[in-house]
Amino acid sequence: MSEGGLVGSFIVPVHPHTVLVPEQNEGWQRLRNAFDEAAQRIKDSNADLLVIYSTTWPSIIGHQIQADPNPEWVMVDHDFHDLGSIPYSFNIDSEFAHAWDEANKKRGLKSRTINYTGFPIDVGSVVALKLLNPDNAIPAVIVSSNVYANRSETTVLAKSCLDVIKATGRKAVAITAMSLSNRMFTTAIDPKDDKIHSLKDDEWNRKILEFLGEGRLEDVGQLSRTIHKQIRVQKVVAFKPMWWLAGMNENRNNLTGDVLAYEAIHGAGGAVVHLDPTPSGAGDKEYDEDDVEFFSGERNVLDAEGDALSFDAPTPQTQQAATSSGPALWEPTTGESSVNSDAAPKPVGMYPHARRVGDLLYLSGVGPRQPGTNAIPGGPICDDQGAPLDYDIKAQTRAVVDNITRILEEAGGSIDDVLDVTSFLVDMDRDFAGYNEVWADTLGKVGPTRTTLAIRGLPTPIAVEMKVIARAPKEN
Amino acid sequence: MTQGEIVAGCLAPHPPHLVYADNPPQNEPVAEGGWEQLRWGYERLRESLKDVDYDAIVLLSPHWQTYVGTHFLGLPNFKSLSVDPVFPNLFRYHYDLNIDVDLTRKIHDKAAEAGLAVKMMENPDFRVDYGTITTGHMFNPVWDKPLVVVSSNRSRDYYSVEVMQEMMIELGRVTREAILESGKKVVVLASNSLSHRHFTTESEIPEDMSKEHITSHAMHLWDMRMIDYIRSGQAQRILDEMPEFTEQAIAESDGGGLSWLLSTLDTPSYPGILHGYGTIIGTGNAIVEWPERDHKEASQ
Repeated sequence: MSEGGLVGSFIVPVHPHTVLVPEQNEGWQRLRNAFDEAAQRIKDSNADLLVIYSTTWPSIIGHQIQADPNPEWVMVDHDFHDLGSIPYSFNIDSEFAHAWDEANKKRGLKSRTINYTGFPIDVGSVVALKLLNPDNAIPAVIVSSNVYANRSETTVLAKSCLDVIKATGRKAVAITAMSLSNRMFTTAIDPKDDKIHSLKDDEWNRKILEFLGEGRLEDVGQLSRTIHKQIRVQKVVAFKPMWWLAGMNENRNNLTGDVLAYEAIHGAGGAVVHLDPTPSGAGDKEYDEDDVEFFSGERNVLDAEGDALSFDAPTPQTQQAATSSGPALWEPTTGESSVNSDAAPKPVGMYPHARRVGDLLYLSGVGPRQPGTNAIPGGPICDDQGAPLDYDIKAQTRAVVDNITRILEEAGGSIDDVLDVTSFLVDMDRDFAGYNEVWADTLGKVGPTRTTLAIRGLPTPIAVEMKVIARAPKEN
Repeated sequence: MTQGEIVAGCLAPHPPHLVYADNPPQNEPVAEGGWEQLRWGYERLRESLKDVDYDAIVLLSPHWQTYVGTHFLGLPNFKSLSVDPVFPNLFRYHYDLNIDVDLTRKIHDKAAEAGLAVKMMENPDFRVDYGTITTGHMFNPVWDKPLVVVSSNRSRDYYSVEVMQEMMIELGRVTREAILESGKKVVVLASNSLSHRHFTTESEIPEDMSKEHITSHAMHLWDMRMIDYIRSGQAQRILDEMPEFTEQAIAESDGGGLSWLLSTLDTPSYPGILHGYGTIIGTGNAIVEWPERDHKEASQ
């Protein structure tokens, strides 16, 4: 199977006028014509999946993904109910929805699928699917817009979607159902009098479209907060669909953009824009924010222990590998005399890997967990429920010595610098012999002093940990 | 014609969790209970009004959000399935409700005369929002009284809390006038929470009450401040502090319901009865009754 990817992206307006009454206003008709053109381009792209991020489906508990294979109902807009009803029957890729949900969870996002008869598909999604996929030929998936999501969460949401697109070999089109400026007239108007609510909104919209026309999607994403302050009312938080769409396009700034139409819908700015992944040859990426791979946002909010934390309390910076349980992992703290290594496992608390004091290096307790994967050589001593498992103490002990070596090498030294070791075993009777055998092959040959203690447990499901004092390499 | 009367005004919040926990036959999901403090609060409210005669319920829901003026349900009956787009796992309710179209029209017309942007909603395919259904069910589970359902105009989003409140106070004034002129006895319900910062995670068992608490101490302080004003008959202070409360407690009063309610009651100076207070996914919710029938001088 060839690797999948995006074959195009589209930005489309949300209000129902383009479906129900395009003939009432020349601008609405031009938007409708642009929708039709967009539908043809999607068809010509041989896309096999439409992914819709809709700003008119807000969510609170993470992101929700529509997974009903055939949602059917009649949609009536809360504001423009007098324009008529829109019956719908959509073709949803339920399998993809579930895969995306799983991918979200692997990247630390809160996510769930939705499959309920009568679920109200939002107006933005209904308009997009009715006009861009009129014969339901291409299966679709719809994701909500979380009202509390920030840029990192929204970007990671896009990355997990791309994970699945690539893994399943899909040729996908990403669609954001959204307004540009979203300030509508607050009273009824004659359709023929429709226009952008203010000159300022119009000028901002045209600037956004200038960027998009040049394929500078990432620039628009970076301007999101400014755009929101300038031309958006507060009904949704930030101009976040641009974060998602930029993420779906791997934060590129050199797409090939084409503005198919830009018109007012009851005062709001509505545009149909096509972003082709073909490089335009213009535009440098000016990515000024951390590129996040994993969402580490609000956690344990429901746990009583969370109450004890003050707002200023430091929080874990790195999430536990999805495949194992245990305490959250932290970035090692940095300070004037600290020594930290990317090649050593992440701490389980707020401390450095080692600290230099004068001629000595003091290492934090070192266990066998592997850097990056967090896996435990020789296996964990118990499962997630605490049930005992068989494990290999020799493999664990060797891994501890390897981790000590990496930290000492980071400091510019070697295993030969070890002076004193305090070893902790959770099962002295079972493990001492195996541990002692590995010791003899490794640290025993170096010759440090040693103390071995039996303890009740360690923070992660490991059997052995060592506390090391070593000679510090001479500083230049 | 006899003059109409507002027999009571109530703050009647609508988190769908309450209907879910109540397990009515109309709702598809099944719960093991939960949020009892609030559900018992609704019981006390119903008990308080058990022997009170009234003709209709006028309800403003912040989950029918309209940006082009204030809208009113304008057909005699609505029957369908309401699925909460945010908590579909908890709320899938088969509703069948009647509208007092005459009273609706009176309020609509008076609001139009006052210069407010208004519209009747007469599309039979329209689905009634879950806020209306939840408050409607918790207040009157037998659904034997016709409703007037008023949308939440989001003028706060477009302008400010001050502008929102100005418009809602005017809408409350004309609502009161229309009710008094109608000759009907009416209960007025504002369907909103107080502080409104949600948890962004949900426990595995949504009704696990060991996980339920207010999102922050600041939210608690704001809720208690508002409840103190309610219980001591200081409605004017609630209106005065509405901008700060709405901003700092991210309060659901942003939809205008509470301002509108207090205006329909002519800004009561008598105490409201607190029937219950509790949190739902971290938001603060109070069930309050202003027994206007016991303060008739205020209704004349």
